[in-house]
Amino acid sequence: MKKLSARRRHPLAALVVLLLALAATGGLYAAFAPADKAKADETAQSLAIDEGKKLYSVGCASCHGTGGQGTSDGPSLVGVGSAAVDFQVGTGRMPAQQPGAQVPKKKVIYSQAEIDQLAAYVASLGAGPIKPTEKQYSPEGADIAKGGELFRTNCAQCHNFSGKGGALTHGKYAPSLEGVEPKHIYEAMQTGPQNMPSFPDTTMPQKQKQDIIAYLDAVNSEKTASPGGLSLGGLGPVSEGLFAWIFGLGALIAVAIWIAAHSAKAKKS
Amino acid sequence: MSTTTTDERREAGNGEKFADWADGRLGIYTLAKTNMRKIFPDHWSFMLGEICMYSFIIIILTGVYLTLFFHPSMNEVVYDGSYVPLQGVQMSEAFNSTMHISFDVRGGLLIRQIHHWAALIFLAGMFVHMMRVFFTGAFRKPREVNWLFGFLLFFCGMFTGFTGYSLPDDLLSGTGVRFMEGAILGVPVVGTYLSFFIYGGEFPGGDFVARFYSVHILLLPGIMLGLMITHLILVFYHKHTQFAGPGRTNKNVVGAPLLPVYTAKAGGFFFLVFGVIAIIAAIASINPIWEIGPYRPDQVSTGAQPDWYMGFAEGLIRVMPGWEINLWGHTLVLGVFIPLVIFPLVLFAIAAYPFIEAWITKDTREHHIADRPRNAPVRTGIGVAWVTAYMVMLVGGGNDLWATNFHLSLNAITWFVRIAFFVGPVVAFIITKRICLGLQRRDAEKVLHGRETGIIKRLPHGEFVEVHEPLDAGQLYKLTAHEQTRPAELPAAVDENGVKRKVSAMEKLRVKLHKGYFGEQSQIAKPTAEEFEEITSGHGHH
Repeated sequence: MKKLSARRRHPLAALVVLLLALAATGGLYAAFAPADKAKADETAQSLAIDEGKKLYSVGCASCHGTGGQGTSDGPSLVGVGSAAVDFQVGTGRMPAQQPGAQVPKKKVIYSQAEIDQLAAYVASLGAGPIKPTEKQYSPEGADIAKGGELFRTNCAQCHNFSGKGGALTHGKYAPSLEGVEPKHIYEAMQTGPQNMPSFPDTTMPQKQKQDIIAYLDAVNSEKTASPGGLSLGGLGPVSEGLFAWIFGLGALIAVAIWIAAHSAKAKKS
Repeated sequence: MSTTTTDERREAGNGEKFADWADGRLGIYTLAKTNMRKIFPDHWSFMLGEICMYSFIIIILTGVYLTLFFHPSMNEVVYDGSYVPLQGVQMSEAFNSTMHISFDVRGGLLIRQIHHWAALIFLAGMFVHMMRVFFTGAFRKPREVNWLFGFLLFFCGMFTGFTGYSLPDDLLSGTGVRFMEGAILGVPVVGTYLSFFIYGGEFPGGDFVARFYSVHILLLPGIMLGLMITHLILVFYHKHTQFAGPGRTNKNVVGAPLLPVYTAKAGGFFFLVFGVIAIIAAIASINPIWEIGPYRPDQVSTGAQPDWYMGFAEGLIRVMPGWEINLWGHTLVLGVFIPLVIFPLVLFAIAAYPFIEAWITKDTREHHIADRPRNAPVRTGIGVAWVTAYMVMLVGGGNDLWATNFHLSLNAITWFVRIAFFVGPVVAFIITKRICLGLQRRDAEKVLHGRETGIIKRLPHGEFVEVHEPLDAGQLYKLTAHEQTRPAELPAAVDENGVKRKVSAMEKLRVKLHKGYFGEQSQIAKPTAEEFEEITSGHGHH
């Protein structure tokens, strides 16, 4: 210690301290900064962007413009993020078949690898919501009842109590959520596709999104039990009323006709 | 009756003894003597009222079971029953106990579903029964009052249903109760006071479930039971109408006696009705409140419709433009108030019809023969027009489901309903009247020329004719039994003394309407006996 203390006024001391400080900062930065992508990964990423750009030019550019800047036929894709691409293309909504009130869900024509390439390209145009990982959208261990309350507060006014869908103005509609993959539900909440408002993490944290996904999984999926019998579409009193008129009263009138046809007089003739 | 017993008489059997005992106290002999042979005509459409009565009995029976488990209270509790997706959710005791009935009471869900399905069928049955009475003119003297009782049953049924499906305090029915609050608030001047009175303060408060419960299980069913018994007594008193036919006249009733035939059939029919409703309740879900969730004023779902019998009111409010008038710091919400006025008006219009028709026809005779709808084209047209207006509004009430299921624009449907509510009934009236007149012509044709057999005959000179088979006397009677009223005429403007006659404007209107009902454009003259004679006495066909 004495040695160090004796040389503290050495002309090069300041330089040494500076070097040590720089080394420490650099080391700390290296240790704590986001891990640098490996060289190979980086090339894979730029390769994906290149491939995505090719797919984009063929399938999307006619409406969204050659650089994703948008045209009169389609909105700009700058800043929509990879989550939006994964939802729109992954559910078959994009590429759109025709203009209309709303672009419907249809057969998916790209493979997941191609969708990822498209997503990489669109994400490179500007920062936006990133495609979620399985850990983010998995309903594992989420609170179903809480999800139900959140769903009734935020979603039911368009998608119905249990996500059977509903009408919006001028031919637009909130689609049924039956059989929609958890990933796509998560992405829809995050990005707000078409007429849907978006629910970013600032207004609806990841945990709440998982709760909602868990609720839908419980009440509107293949494994949902209907303890009362046929659910009649789960649409409420209109379908129940139709059923009561056609099958209820219809059957009773048929019975009445049958009884009246078996009167003493009818038997005689 | 002699009280002395002679030795030759055998000892009375136990049944006889009991009957004698009962007669001494209840006077059942006289009652049975007059009523056991009461005759009921046979026709399937005369059994529609029975469907209503039986479903009402089923509703009462199942309703009593439900009251054993239902708690009409709005105290907040946390659900801990067996339905997982609601565990830990705050809800009212009413909702909680309905969940308990549905999942944890033995047979609870089935009874709940029988109760609810029977209610929908009860109302639908009353609607069809009422239409049967309307279209056959069975509301004419002496049955006008009974028509009103029937109408009141339907009207009370609507509100019994409404208060009933509001009891579970679920999100769907809560929206309906909120709708009702909005409608009440829309009433000028007294709306706010009424609303505070009904809900015991600001909506939703803590009272309405308990209040609706009293109304649903006590007040309205009590009134309905009284109305129904009166309705039945009057049916007994007036005797049932029948369709014209051989041996069936305005002065008799042809059919089976009350005991034993009719009672056996009616008793069997009750079990068939119960069976059909139980099967439906066992296979189809109704009002799954566990999917809907408990009511919270800050939540709402799409597709929030009432049960079908209130759908007509829902339609009125959905398609009405949101007009309002702001004057002196007060708002008159026409968008709500106008539907609220039209709703009873449309219903009362059909209730008042018998009296309007009686005023026009000035017919004070008793009618016990039911009309065939075609023989009263204007009445039939008016009935179909009314049903059309009703159905158009039902479409309006379900406009969102029409939009999603048929890929239509919600706004286009709304505009269609707005126009069709006014145009549809007129078009329906014209078409119905034309069809009726066409059927009358066909009847006349059949009477004069017989039934088309489909057999083509070639005559010796090469002409082809279709062989017509004359109708038998019974069918001829059926087709010609109705009477045809001559259109009324205004009395001559000047009487025999040359004094100008005073005719009130009402009388002029009445005569005009009478001509509309019975003028040349509204009925086809039925074949006269001479015409029939002339054609049938001739040889061969012409």
